[in-house]
Parts: sequence; C-alpha cells; structure tokens
Amino acid sequence: MATAKKVSFKLNGKPVEVTVEPRELLIHSLRERLAHTGPHIGCETSHCGACTVDLNEMSVKACTVLTVQCEGAEITTIEGLEQGGALHALQQAFHEEHGLQCGYCTPGMITRAYRLLKENPNPSEQDIRSGISGNLCRCTGYQNIVKAVQSAAKKLAAAG
Amino acid sequence: MSQTAELKEREDKLQGMGTSLLRKEDAKFIRGQGSYIDDIKLPGMLFGAVVRSPYAHARIKGIDKAKALACPGVVAVLTADDLKPVNLHWMPTLGGDVQAVLADKKVCFQYQEVAMVLASDRYAAYDGAALVEVDYEELPAIVDPKKSMAPDAPIIREDIQDKKEVGHGPRTHPNHIFTWEAGDKAAADAAFKTAEITVREEMLNPRVHPCPLETCGCVASFDKPTGYLTVYMTSQAPHLVRTVLAMLSGIAESKIRVIGGDIGGGFGNKVPVYPGYVVAIVASIVTGVPIKWIESRIDNISTTGFARDYHGVGELAADKDGRIKGLRFSALADHGAFNSHVSATKFPAGLFSICTGSYAIPNAYARVDAVYTNKAPGGVAYRCSLRVTEAIYLIERMMDVLALKLGLDKAEIRRRNFVRSDQFPYTTSLGWTLDSGAYHPALEKVLKAVGYEGLRKEQAAKRADPKSPTLMGIGISTFTEIVGAGPTKVCDILGVGLFDSCEIRIHPTGGVIARLGTMSQGQGHATTYAQIIATELGLPAADIVVEEGDTDKSPYGAGTWGSRSTPVSGAATAMAARKIKDKAKKIAAHLLEVSEGDLEWEIDRFKVKGNPSQAKTMKEICMVAHTGNLPAGMEQGLNAVTYYDPPNLTFPFGAYLCVVDVDKFTGEVKVRRFYALDDCGTRINPMVIEGQIHGGLTEAFAVAMGQQIPFDENGNHLGNSLMDYFLPTAVETPKWETDHTVTLCPHHPLGAKGVAESPHVGGIPCFSNAVIDAFAHLGVTHMDMPHSAWRVWQQCNTLGVNKR
Ligand code: FES
Ligand code: FES
Repeated sequence: MATAKKVSFKLNGKPVEVTVEPRELLIHSLRERLAHTGPHIGCETSHCGACTVDLNEMSVKACTVLTVQCEGAEITTIEGLEQGGALHALQQAFHEEHGLQCGYCTPGMITRAYRLLKENPNPSEQDIRSGISGNLCRCTGYQNIVKAVQSAAKKLAAAG
Repeated sequence: MSQTAELKEREDKLQGMGTSLLRKEDAKFIRGQGSYIDDIKLPGMLFGAVVRSPYAHARIKGIDKAKALACPGVVAVLTADDLKPVNLHWMPTLGGDVQAVLADKKVCFQYQEVAMVLASDRYAAYDGAALVEVDYEELPAIVDPKKSMAPDAPIIREDIQDKKEVGHGPRTHPNHIFTWEAGDKAAADAAFKTAEITVREEMLNPRVHPCPLETCGCVASFDKPTGYLTVYMTSQAPHLVRTVLAMLSGIAESKIRVIGGDIGGGFGNKVPVYPGYVVAIVASIVTGVPIKWIESRIDNISTTGFARDYHGVGELAADKDGRIKGLRFSALADHGAFNSHVSATKFPAGLFSICTGSYAIPNAYARVDAVYTNKAPGGVAYRCSLRVTEAIYLIERMMDVLALKLGLDKAEIRRRNFVRSDQFPYTTSLGWTLDSGAYHPALEKVLKAVGYEGLRKEQAAKRADPKSPTLMGIGISTFTEIVGAGPTKVCDILGVGLFDSCEIRIHPTGGVIARLGTMSQGQGHATTYAQIIATELGLPAADIVVEEGDTDKSPYGAGTWGSRSTPVSGAATAMAARKIKDKAKKIAAHLLEVSEGDLEWEIDRFKVKGNPSQAKTMKEICMVAHTGNLPAGMEQGLNAVTYYDPPNLTFPFGAYLCVVDVDKFTGEVKVRRFYALDDCGTRINPMVIEGQIHGGLTEAFAVAMGQQIPFDENGNHLGNSLMDYFLPTAVETPKWETDHTVTLCPHHPLGAKGVAESPHVGGIPCFSNAVIDAFAHLGVTHMDMPHSAWRVWQQCNTLGVNKR
C-alpha cells in the first residue's frame, strides 16, 4: 500500500488539509473526512453526476478525481452555494419549480447548473438539456429542472 | 373586506387540498443536508463488502479466508458457515420461498452473495473482498426460462428439490415454482371457438431494474447491553421489515427499530429484505459494533430487485365489429434462482388479473407459470403495483393487434370496448370491481387536444410518400391501474394485512404532528399529508409536521409502494383528522352553549347556524382542549390514531397519446409529442401530481426505449453498470404535456386514488404502440421492447425501408 500524502485545498472558501492514500477518491475525502455529505454517490463510474462538485471553476465528478490531484485547488460544493444566509438563485428556483423529488441528484444537479450559468448566463432550453446531461435524475423527468435553471438564469440576469 | 374575500383569505392561509403548495421537504435537500443512508456514521462503525460469485451456477468446494484476514484493516470475514449457528444463513422470502443469505454450498446466479468482509473502511473492505479465495466447480446454467422445465434441465434448487410446493400450489418440475390461474377457462375457450375473429401475439416484458439514483444499503447497530437493534435502512416499508427481522432473528419486535431516513428514490427496488441487510445485522450482533453495507451500482443492478421478465402470450376473440368476446393471457415468469417476488400471499402473480384493462370483456382467463433460472431473484414492482405493468402492456398492445387485424382505427377499437361510465362499479370477468371511471370522455379529450384526425392524415401522406425519410407512428394507451392494497381481507404480506395508519397529535397553540406508517422516497408526503389535515381541521399546513419511516415513532403500516400512500394512508389521515374534528365540535358546542346540531363547519371554525358572529376557531379549540373547561367527562387533548383498511383498491386511469418519427436509416425514434391525461380522482397537490407524472413517464420512456438486462448463455450479466444500462438524460427525455379529468373514488374518504405509477404503467405500452404503429402499414404486428435504435434499425433493414 502506498504511503499517505498530505493534500491542502480550499473547500467552499476555507483552507483544509487531509492525509490520504494516493488512491483515495475526492468524493470519499469530502464525504468521509471533511463531513461534506452534500455530494452523493450514485455510480462511482462517472455516469450519474450525483457527486458533481466545482473544481477550479470546472464541473467535475468527484468520484473520478483523486484527492491527491487537488493540491492547491479551489473546490465548491452544494454546501458552499448559500451565501450569508441567502440561498443561491438556483437553490430557490429548484424549490419553486418543483425541480426535485427524492433530492438525491439535487446537490450535483445544482452544482452543475451553477457552473453552466457561469459559462452561459442565458442558455436556451437545448443548452440547458445538454449542459446537464452528465447528471442523471430518476425522479423528475428533467422538465421542472430545466424550468428551474431557466428561472434562476432570469433572476441572476436581473440582479446583474 | 367582502365576505367572500375574507373566506378566501382564510382558505388560502391553510394551503390545504387542491393548492400547489411548495414542498416542505425541499429545504434540506437544496442545501445538501439530506440524511441518506451513506451519510450515516456511527462511532466504531465497520464497513462490509460482499464477495460475489463470478459464476451463474456452481458448487462451492471451499472458501479460504486467510489472505483476506491478513489484509490491513480487515476485521472479519463471514460466510454461510458463520451464520449457521444463529440459523440465519437462509431467510424466508416475500414469495413464500427461502433464499440463501450467504451461498450455502452452491451459487445459483452470478454475483450471488458468498461472503462479507468487515473492515475499518470501504477501501480496506474491498481489498479484503478481493483476497477471499473461493473454490468453485462450475455447473451448467439455465438462462432461458423456456428451457427451465425441460426433462433434462439441471436442477437449480437442490435444497427444495423434493418439495411438492413452495408456497403456492403443486409443482410439476424441480425448476417449477407455481402455476396461477384466474377466470373461467372453459367460458373463455368457448368464446374463442365461436368467435368471428381471433388474434394471438407473443410479447416480452424484458428483465429490467428500477435503478433509483441511490443504491440500497443499511447501517445495523446492535447494542449488546440492552439487546436493542437499530437499523437505518433504505426501505420503502420499515414496519414490514421490522416484522421480518423479528421473525428472522428472534429479537422481540419491540427491541428492533428500523429507520428509513431520507431515501434517494425507490421505485420498488427498496421494498424487499436483501441478504446484505441481514448479513450486516448478524455482523453487528456478532461483533457488537455498527456495520455499514452500501451496494455499488453494479451490485444494485445485478442482484437487488429486478422487475418483469414476463414472457407473455396474448389472445383476443372478437366479433367482426371489434367487440371483444374473450381474452386468454398467459405468461411464463422468470423468477430467477429464488422466488423472492414481492407479492401478497394470495397473489403469487400479483395483480396480473387486471389484464382486462379498461374494457368490458365477458369471458377471460389468465395464467402465469413461474420458473427458476440461474439469474438474480427479486421480482419487484418497478413503479407499478405488483405485475400490473405486465398485464396492462399485454392488453394495450393486444387492442392494437386486434384493430390492425380488423382494419379499425386504434381509438375506435377502444371506444367500442370501454366499460361505459354508467356501468361503474363494474366487476370484471377476472373478479376486480373497478370503482369509478369515465373512459370515453378521457379519450375524446386527448384526441381533440392533439388533433388526432390531422395526425392520421399526416401519417397517411407520409406512408404514401416513398421519399419520406421517416416513418410516423401514433400510439394510444387507455389504461386502468389497480393501486392501494389492501383490503386486508384480500391482501397480506407474511400474514400482516395491508392496512395503513396515521396518528395525529395537536398541541395547545395549534401545531400538529402527524405520524404515518408510509415512507416517502421523493413523493412529497410531508407536504401532501399536511394539506389533507389542513383542509380537514382548518389549521395551516405550514404548522403541520409529518413524520414517517421511524418504527419507534410512527404507528404500524405497510409502507409506500404500489401507489398505496394516498389511497390508504391519505384515507387514514383524513379519518384520524375527522375523529379530532368530532371532539372539537363537542368542545365548540360546550363553549358556545348550543347543541352540536346547531353548529356548522366553515373553513377553520365551527359557527352557530343563523348566528355567524358566534363561532369558535379551531385554534381556539386547540387551547381549550388543554384546559379544564371541557364538556363533562371529556378527557383533555386532541389526539387520534386511525388504522385504515380500505374497502377496495382504487382504479386510477388515463388516456395517453404519443407521436413518434422513426428515422428509416438509423432506426432512431424521436418522440415528437407525448400527451398524458390522468384521472386520479381528487387532486391533493397538483404540482406534486404533475411532478410524479413527469417522472413516471420518463421511467416508462426508459423501459420502452432502452432498458433491458441481458445475459449470455452461461448466465453472465452483459450490462450492469450505467455505461450499459439505459437511464435517460435530459437530452433524450421528451417533453411531457399533461392533462387531467377528475372522477372521484366512491369509497375513499377524500375521493382520491393513487397516481404516481399510472404514467409508468400507461406510458410503456403507449411508446410501444407508437413505434409499432410506424410499421403497421408494412404488416408488422409486434416488436418487443426495448425499441433502441439498433433494434428498430434491424426492423427497417428487414423490411427494406432503408434502401435509398
Ligand atoms: S457517483 Fe460520480 S458520477 Fe456517479
Ligand atoms: S430527484 Fe430523485 S434522482 Fe433527481
């Protein structure tokens, strides 16, 4: 077994440090060592997107990233989207448009949509559908998720 | 303020039934603060990884644990021999059979549970699992259920080889499980003999998996000093599970607590008790520390809770006008290696006998033969009541087959055979009493909304045009569902009747706690039950807290599956609220010094008839109920509990229409339009209902267009990761158009029926009917699901329509 390694990165703006084996996946470090259980595990094979986090301003599937790759990185998870007690427009919109049912895909889905709207603040329905196609939802049929992303985009644009 | 405006304001404040109240449960989920099974961490907890069989059928000649035990972090390795002393190496199943918890001398399906490695964390546990050495002697496997009962077929279950029956009547072969029949065979046969027209078609509901986004798992924690067992578990039916655990372990049921927590989708996958749960529990009892077991996705698709695998034959007899005179449906059911099908005791083939659908069919006979194969057991109902999708698929497809044979329009064949609105309650020839329905108006509303005649004209033009790059198909499905089991006189599981329960407690200032025996997996119970109470009791939904899924807190109930929650628990909730309301009325009469007969209810208060200024609001009564100012002899408090045993199941229905365009050259099927009209009686929260319909249609789309669990001839799984198993993304998923009619359920206190499974049950045949309709003018009467591009292209190629 390879020796454990110290890794430091910023998690939702706060510096953290973990000591992990080189084989440890980021999703496990976040969930087991750093008590961030927002990102979930749905497949561990990069297909479902339940584990999606924001890594250096990119959406990544945390089940397919090794923690040791994250030295110096800035990571945002669902837990980091609420700012100063105010929900992010996407969180609010998912609630208002009934964009979630069991809630298992929701953290990954919102975190992905967060990056999508940064990349494309005014997406078409098709842009949204392909933009979230790496995130599976078994409950909603996506229609209300698309609506939620559209409505959040509008609110964010209005807020400048 | 005018009086009506004032009434409306009071009503709006309640956010009761009929309003699209936003969901109470969302607050934690949108913040990533749900508490799902893998989020639970207990001090000293070990992680269990299961060692699984690479073979579909093999003898186990030996298991060597030494290398695994030497692996850093590994604490123990459990095999069947370790479970024997506590007699838990086998367990009873919901199908009346027994199932190996850990393989006992042989394995009967690939990925069967052989051992569990306990270690300090999941990495160490999987390291250990890879080091357990099992010596197998491979045996020939049976994969095709049609070969199961061949005279020379290898015997899959030697443990019950000599048993004359396994729960459900005589067996005719060691690989035979049961034969179940319904209806009058002689009458049906006679109808076929004299019929002007008969049609017959074979059709498969392939083996699929519900595949919720969260896999199954548990954390079992046995407290040695008190003998108290706590199990956090992904279970749709915590109370039933607790009963099963008590039966299995011998621990008093009062010392077992099952906690459902938040569940990341179920769709039937989380009803049964799986070996992983049982081993984790035994492991906790043996080691004295909590044990976590979480399935990987591959484990989930390969071993827990598959659905369908019904190889059906449909036959209809009719007169030349298309009026059906007889129905004979049969199915060969592949149950895998153990009969763990979820079924009510008296219904080994579930509610398959709903297969007469929405039609008045005078003579019918249905039969299901179930056999063992070397595949995983499970047999859950994937977003439907037990075996209902299988039944409705057959009838809805056969209606099209019959229409085709007669040259009749597919809407017209349905019109001619519908049970008419004036015939309800209608008892079918297979024995179900359909409670209420209005099938003709539902279909007409849909046909009008989509411009049906125009669509058929467009289709005719496309068919006449050899240059058209696409084939156009129109699918119709006019289904009737059967949901909400009980009644207890008909339905039980392991002897426990399928009633359900609600306990309501009201606090002095009007806050309400309601506790139920059901278990939400995303259906929004915390919101909809609160709305029922809000309307019944005139207290705002915002102040009503709903709790379920913790067996220590909630009264006994059979859980959430088969769309039971609204039909059974929704009724229990209304009845419990009404008990409280009765008492509140007595208190109001006492306070107002009138008799109860002088009072009338208005939104949130009792008022004196003819003297509306004299009134007591429910809020006021809540406080008074906790004082001494009560009618003589009345106890304090406003609490009630109801156990509701429904008089009948409920029969929601719908009319769906789907338009597809099939690319002749690639076989790709594009869903142009899908229009779904559902009738579930009273609509408690329209937003939640619509969300359920979207989700159910999407799962129907998945099944019809891509899901299938394939095996090779040796029983090897050929697709058990999300790489191979089709879960639609937002890109493939069609846009859904929804609509509704309201036909009240006559026997439900709120007039409501279940709804969340209708779109799955009704959607699958609608997609199939659309795809097959695209080929109907070319003489095609049936194509089996899934209608993936490859399979549809093969059809195009066989017919030569892809020649330029
Ligand atoms: S768990 Fe990472 S993509 Fe599924
Ligand atoms: S809400 Fe359940 S998986 Fe998306």
